[in-house]
Amino acid sequence: MAFVQEPPKDAFRLGMLIYDTRYRSITIQVVVLVLFLLFLSWLVNNTIANLALKDRTFDFAFLFARSGYDINQTLVDYTNDSSHLRAAYIGLLNTLLSALIGCALATVLGVTVGVLRLSRNWLISRLMTVYVEIFRNVPVLLWILLGAAILSEATPAPADYRVTEAMQAAGEAPKASMVLFDSVAITTRGINIPAPMVEHGLPRLELPGISLNSNLLVFFLVLGAGLYADHRIRAHARRVQEATGLRPVTWWKSLAVIFVPTIGLLMLMGFHLDYPVLKKFNFTGGIEVLHSFTALTFALAVYTAAFIAEIVRAGILAISRGQSEAAFALGLRPGRTMSLVILPQALRVIIPPLISQYLNLTKNTSLAIAVSYMDLRGTLGGVTLNQTGKELECMLLMMGIYLTISLTISSLMNLFNRAVKLKER
Amino acid sequence: MGEFTPFVRTEMLAPQAPPVSQRGAIRWLRENLFSGPLNTVLTLLGLAALLWVVSHLGPWLLHSVWNANSLTECREIIAATWGEGASGACWAMVRDRWHQYLFGFYPSPLYWRPTLAFALLFVAIAPVLYSQLPRKLLLLTAVYPALTFWLLWGGSIWVPVVAMMGFGVFAVVFRLAQPRFGVPVSAGLGAVATSLWWMFAQAPVAAVLQSIAPVTLTSVDSDQFGGFLLSVVIGVTAISASLPMGILLALGRKSDMLLVRTLSVGFIEFIRGVPLITLLFTASLLLQYFLPPGSDFDIILRVIILVTFFAAAYIAEVIRGGLAALPRGQYEAADALGLDYWQAQRLIIMPQALKISIPGIVSSFIGLFKDTTLVAFVGLNDPLKGITQIVRADINWKGIYWEPYLFAGSIFFLICFGMSRYSMWLERKLKTDHR
Repeated sequence: MAFVQEPPKDAFRLGMLIYDTRYRSITIQVVVLVLFLLFLSWLVNNTIANLALKDRTFDFAFLFARSGYDINQTLVDYTNDSSHLRAAYIGLLNTLLSALIGCALATVLGVTVGVLRLSRNWLISRLMTVYVEIFRNVPVLLWILLGAAILSEATPAPADYRVTEAMQAAGEAPKASMVLFDSVAITTRGINIPAPMVEHGLPRLELPGISLNSNLLVFFLVLGAGLYADHRIRAHARRVQEATGLRPVTWWKSLAVIFVPTIGLLMLMGFHLDYPVLKKFNFTGGIEVLHSFTALTFALAVYTAAFIAEIVRAGILAISRGQSEAAFALGLRPGRTMSLVILPQALRVIIPPLISQYLNLTKNTSLAIAVSYMDLRGTLGGVTLNQTGKELECMLLMMGIYLTISLTISSLMNLFNRAVKLKER
Repeated sequence: MGEFTPFVRTEMLAPQAPPVSQRGAIRWLRENLFSGPLNTVLTLLGLAALLWVVSHLGPWLLHSVWNANSLTECREIIAATWGEGASGACWAMVRDRWHQYLFGFYPSPLYWRPTLAFALLFVAIAPVLYSQLPRKLLLLTAVYPALTFWLLWGGSIWVPVVAMMGFGVFAVVFRLAQPRFGVPVSAGLGAVATSLWWMFAQAPVAAVLQSIAPVTLTSVDSDQFGGFLLSVVIGVTAISASLPMGILLALGRKSDMLLVRTLSVGFIEFIRGVPLITLLFTASLLLQYFLPPGSDFDIILRVIILVTFFAAAYIAEVIRGGLAALPRGQYEAADALGLDYWQAQRLIIMPQALKISIPGIVSSFIGLFKDTTLVAFVGLNDPLKGITQIVRADINWKGIYWEPYLFAGSIFFLICFGMSRYSMWLERKLKTDHR
């Protein structure tokens, strides 16, 4: 008669906490937890002792006090009577503006360079290699400083644009002239570009807490509606194509639904450009783009573009030749091959590293300190910190904000990545 | 009707040369530069860009001046030699101030010390980089940190020696305890003993040894460090410390233990989510809050610690990628052989995972070395911004813009480019698959 017997159980011994794999991980985690909590309490204890020693408190009330300093680039209303919190918000917007424009420029430049580096043109592929190697292997700080030096040293002073009566009489041209059909003036002080203006604008939309520019809002609503209509037209065309094999011509419909309403709206609002004009000592009118902003954004863009170029190149090279040969064998034209076969596959390889480049660029905007651009670090971590002496609060808040931005970008891009990823079972 | 004799050639015709457009330089040009309208346009654009750069930079470089005492003198020489209005590079600044770019304010009679330390660096890393060299050289690698610390900062030789003895204490305790308690417990005991040694025995033992055999070098303060000396000190220390830390973090992130994993993920994501500048400001502004009241340690050391954390988080992610790329079978095979966790990691997993992650690790190192320039913002004299500001503050070199950046930038380029080429070489050498 056979019967199953449980293996004899050892009585629990203290040594089993370390040598028995069933218990060891619990032991290690308990030790780690105790050490971590000890470390944490040590830090907090030290901080409390230090704060008491310096006779300081830990509170965020200073954020609502009057800031008392001016910021030279404000995307929304701000005066030196506004609070420190408002100043930090202005700084955050400046950081985001620089990051956004930098990412867009870097993507365009990086994709172009990456594709051209694979070109069969000997000269172009060599030039692009040189570009990538030079920009990748030198600190980005150098490009920012160099950009600032070029913009401040190699540009004409506003006075050089002046045409005096004596010069008119002598028929001399001024030393410098505006570029792009006399619309953009580059001076030692900044770059003056035309500003978009509306004649009969709508009043600002006042919601509790925020004030919105309703002109912009309406414009984007109309544009969004146009894009949605275009999407519907293409979807319809696809359905017709799948049913009948013939694709209806859609390009003029697309153009019409996108552009006719928006242009109509702009004409209705009396849209015009406000050109910069040379007044007494400087240009007025239009928008003055600070050199610090331009230097920072362009330097970050060309630096990051070198990395993006390598990512794009690697992504395209990762798609085997057989894919494009198969597409040609099916009779697809090169353009359709690229958009239907190569790109969807290459994007899967390209997007994850591209996300981390965007993150890097965003974090690198904190190098604004090199050119005194008033970004988040310049306001909250700079002037506010120095004025109030609230080092702990300002730094923690600033790190928290940067962390939030980073995590938001990476989670958004991960969602996008999931959308283009190969659908596996 | 006459006899018709057909003409039959008896010998072969000599092959004709291909048409002019199909051979030699012309063919190469047609294939590589002008193969279509788009390529022709691109080539012309490229040539125009090249010409523009050369026509702007060429004369400036050709008109270089190497011997002058000030920027004004440089400009006078250029105007005298090449005519009024000519522009030229004033490398005389480099000739005048190269020592500051290399050493910062390090006392000039002591330049031999950083130079010797730098030369020894190559001897110390050679056995790590090239496996053909004799293994005995690794002994020098082991003592190199202490030796360099002593050479650079000076002071009593016994401070670093006694600090290194801490590792000896660890080894002795581990050896003694291991047969009785096994690896984990004895490692813990060793760590405790070493910390006790550093906390309580370090200062008195060093003092006693110093009174018996006084061996001292003139001590140099941290604020005298600058230029590439500073970059290399921060870069090399952080690089060598961040690799082991990164490996541990990567393993922690892959661990089955929830708590260890959470802590690793939290650390990595926090460090990767904030800019390096905020971490450097933490080193300069916040550490004074987090450490016990009255403790104040060296700013360079503080910066090195934060930069190491920063690099370690990035390297951890690179190595995690390498670990993920290993086929599952490798882990299972290690388990089947009966290897324990650390043996499996050491003998099977890590050698392969690290090999896969070499390109990523080296590019993290390059990024780290480039980022050492950011220490300028916490008041240290990095070669790019700090030293250049000092040079430009001098009345003789006021207004010099391009030369300092070009000079410091090209040194960075050489180092970083060299590192990336080394990694490509290593990748080829370690490649074992036959694809």
